[in-house]
Amino acid sequence: MPRYETVIGLEVHVELKTRTKIFCDSTTEFGGEPNTHVCPICLGLPGTLPVINKKVVEYAIRAALALNCNIAEFTKFDRKNYFYPDMPKNYQISQHDLPIATHGYLEIDTQKGPKKIGISRLHMEEDSGKLVHQGTITTTPFSLVDYNRAGVPLIEIVSAPDLSSPEEACQYVEKLRTIILYTGVSDCKMEEGSLRCDANISVRPVGTGRLGTNTEIKNLNSLKALRRSLHFETERQIEVLRAGGRIVQETRTWDEGKGETLPLRSKEQAHDYRCLPEPDLVPLLIDRQWVEDIRGSLPELPEQRRQRYIKDYSLPEYDAAILTNTKELADYFERCVRAYSHPKAVGNWILGEFNRLLNLHGIEIAACKVTPQNLVSLLRLIDQGTISGKIAKVVFAEMFTSGQAAEAIVKKKGLVQISDRHAMVPVVEKVLAGNPGAVADYKAGKGRALGFLVGQVMKATQGQANPELVNKLLKERL
Amino acid sequence: MQLFLLTAHEIHELLIKKEISAEELNKAIYARIEAVDDRIQAYITRTAGKALDQARAVDKQISNGEKVTPLAGIPIAIKDNICTDGIKTTAGSKILSNYTPPYSATVVKKLEAAGATIAGKVNLDEFAMGSSNENSAFFATRNPWDTSRVPGGSSGGSAAAVAAGAAVCSLGSDTGGSIRQPASFCGVVGMKPTYGAVSRYGLIAYASSLDQIGPFARDVTDCALMLNAICGHDPLDSTSAKQRAMDYTSFLKDDVRGLKLGVPEEYMVEGIDPDVRDLVIKAMEKLESLGAVVEYTTLPHTDYALPTYYLIAQAEASSNLARYDGVRYGVRTEGTGDVMDMFMKTRSEGFGAEVKRRILLGTYALAAANYDHYYLKALKVRTLIKEDFVQAFKRYDLLLSPVSPTTAFPIGEKMDDPLQMYLSDICTISVNLAGMPGLSIPCGFVGGLPVGLQLIGRPFDEGTLLRTAYTFEQNTDYHKQYPDL
Ligand SMILES: [Zn+2]
Repeated sequence: MPRYETVIGLEVHVELKTRTKIFCDSTTEFGGEPNTHVCPICLGLPGTLPVINKKVVEYAIRAALALNCNIAEFTKFDRKNYFYPDMPKNYQISQHDLPIATHGYLEIDTQKGPKKIGISRLHMEEDSGKLVHQGTITTTPFSLVDYNRAGVPLIEIVSAPDLSSPEEACQYVEKLRTIILYTGVSDCKMEEGSLRCDANISVRPVGTGRLGTNTEIKNLNSLKALRRSLHFETERQIEVLRAGGRIVQETRTWDEGKGETLPLRSKEQAHDYRCLPEPDLVPLLIDRQWVEDIRGSLPELPEQRRQRYIKDYSLPEYDAAILTNTKELADYFERCVRAYSHPKAVGNWILGEFNRLLNLHGIEIAACKVTPQNLVSLLRLIDQGTISGKIAKVVFAEMFTSGQAAEAIVKKKGLVQISDRHAMVPVVEKVLAGNPGAVADYKAGKGRALGFLVGQVMKATQGQANPELVNKLLKERL
Repeated sequence: MQLFLLTAHEIHELLIKKEISAEELNKAIYARIEAVDDRIQAYITRTAGKALDQARAVDKQISNGEKVTPLAGIPIAIKDNICTDGIKTTAGSKILSNYTPPYSATVVKKLEAAGATIAGKVNLDEFAMGSSNENSAFFATRNPWDTSRVPGGSSGGSAAAVAAGAAVCSLGSDTGGSIRQPASFCGVVGMKPTYGAVSRYGLIAYASSLDQIGPFARDVTDCALMLNAICGHDPLDSTSAKQRAMDYTSFLKDDVRGLKLGVPEEYMVEGIDPDVRDLVIKAMEKLESLGAVVEYTTLPHTDYALPTYYLIAQAEASSNLARYDGVRYGVRTEGTGDVMDMFMKTRSEGFGAEVKRRILLGTYALAAANYDHYYLKALKVRTLIKEDFVQAFKRYDLLLSPVSPTTAFPIGEKMDDPLQMYLSDICTISVNLAGMPGLSIPCGFVGGLPVGLQLIGRPFDEGTLLRTAYTFEQNTDYHKQYPDL
């Protein structure tokens, strides 16, 4: 029986966070009462005409440059015609044969090392509205339409069929998301639909050059759904082929509840979009200087940043990767490093306690009360021996919830480390007297007993004792 | 003095001399509409109340000694595919028979800013698809010169209203001849400006790459005044040209000496009524006698213009008209099944036969399997047709031709033969494909019916068209004749 390999290509839709819609002045703000973020143009009223929002073109170019694309000198819009009530004009203004950008790539990390994933094209288009059903689409007595999202700008990013596993597909989306977030053109929130994903998938016997018949999976609104659906579809296709069957080229939808992909429409039922050049918009000639200006304004991208952290800060590869995963985290890290020249220590704190508490409380870094200056002050208190590393965690937890400075908390709670020999001796002697068993063990050569005794001293001082001093005092007396 | 027979510039003189008031003028036009419109049926919606308010405001300005524009107080009829805020705009279709736009087209705003009053909304072939006004979902407008005949189309209501004195000027739209042909049939001046000269924002689209709004007037001077008001770049229309504002009346000179005029042979042969051809030849001779050089020339791809036009226009139309589905506005026919059923019932009942024919043709031409053979090929031929004009304009300042092969035909004559109807656009459609300006000016009568002479100019050279038309008008008196109503 042949072994099969999977071939996956992704189409990712990203909502651009321009202030106004792609062809009119209506706001793109999320939410709002239904049909309040609309005007005659995005409602497609008779006689209205679209006018391209220059910011949308700029953002598309920005994203495309970050994805290493070629920017077209001549690009135009087209109409994709099909009837659906969430589309005000019953056509979508999109880009068909001359997209704004082509031939890009991004790199993902695989077990075999970095892998380049091609990006065949990136184009601009308008979003549609939203149908609101009572219950499900099949049982609802009527549906309502909300056009607030109609005309919100999107870019569609189409990958080459270069992904060979569901895991690679997820990595690609995560990497894409990180890069786009860095460029600042989108929020990329999968749960709010500002990043959406469709997948094309086929399987073929290992070693064959030709692509197998593919299916398209829609409705993938989380990375989990993407991974699960691709696994399911891989297995399903292999099973069909092994049973001597043929894959039907069709569009399938992911049913999260059932955990399976289900047929939506066959190739015969596929839309014939009857594309035509949009006669209401003139083609765009993209000025090269403008492109270069946009390129110049791009921030340092995650890949470059990661390399710099490894090289300049001598961070381990893993730490550098996680710290650069989001722009916010990396910016935070750098603000700390600018005030405190031990990048490794900063990295440890951010990847340790800091991240743990962020995750625990479900807080975005932007909303975190601990400023980089405060984190640095805390690290200095440790260096100066004012508090122990252990106490620092307690102080940090307090900083995290109250937003107070480290010094203030240490002072208020009396958490200063006890390094005074005279103050410590009575405590140490009391512990030795109270634990004759451990003392005997130590003397019998069981080194571990010392750790136990140190722990007892720390406990007695609520962790404030200087651990080095405790060690020293204990050894002197044993 | 019959106010309703005066031109805008004549009326303007009377207004600023305070010999008449704008209110009187508008009342006179309304009285005229009341008197003749049951026979002509140009108006779908009359807006007397609003027009009188606008007129009184103009009178106040004049009595305050303020300067008013030449169109101030002038009642203008608007083709009913041009949106008017708060005034029903039907596009001549059942599907929009209850539709009132929440905004005005840029041209309407510009006319209102110039002080013009809106006399009402006038009839057209449904969605501007037709050459006779018989495709209106409501009624067929009549030709004021012979009410058993069509006024032409699709801007038949706009032409008939001006010819009948039921408006001083009007706005129409021209996709393949829809201003020039009815102007010819009704004996008035009608102009399709260069594509991009006038904003299309608020014009209910038929074929976006061909549609252009333009004026109807009783003489060339009024035509120039209308252009002054409506031309210019509009940020709401990406296809509107970024041209400098100009005063079109500055071209009104009685002088064609030295102008080189070409007459495309293709427009003078097959299918042209000999009487019409004779009048065009007489007009050529007239202009020659006034000092112009007139020669025959050629537009070699003319034979392909009709199929090219019908493919491009219908492809765009099939997409433009997709939005009429009963969901957001207009007339809805409830289905018994799902939303697609509602779409189909709404569109089946809402659109007339000609509109459906064109949507089907356009949908077919754009289908993936046919695109290269039809639509793409048509786009290529369009380039060739445009090139014909570019070549011709290297040698000539203007081209001359008949507007229509015939005079106004009897109502009902061509309704059963769409192809025959399409052929009546043969002299005008290439001008839209090439995006050039074209103008129709009265050049005589055949059997009591007006005949129009078509002048075609270089892009954005409306000036030479106006100058030539003005000279012709100053040396003839066809524009001074009125239908007996
Ligand atoms: Zn809008």
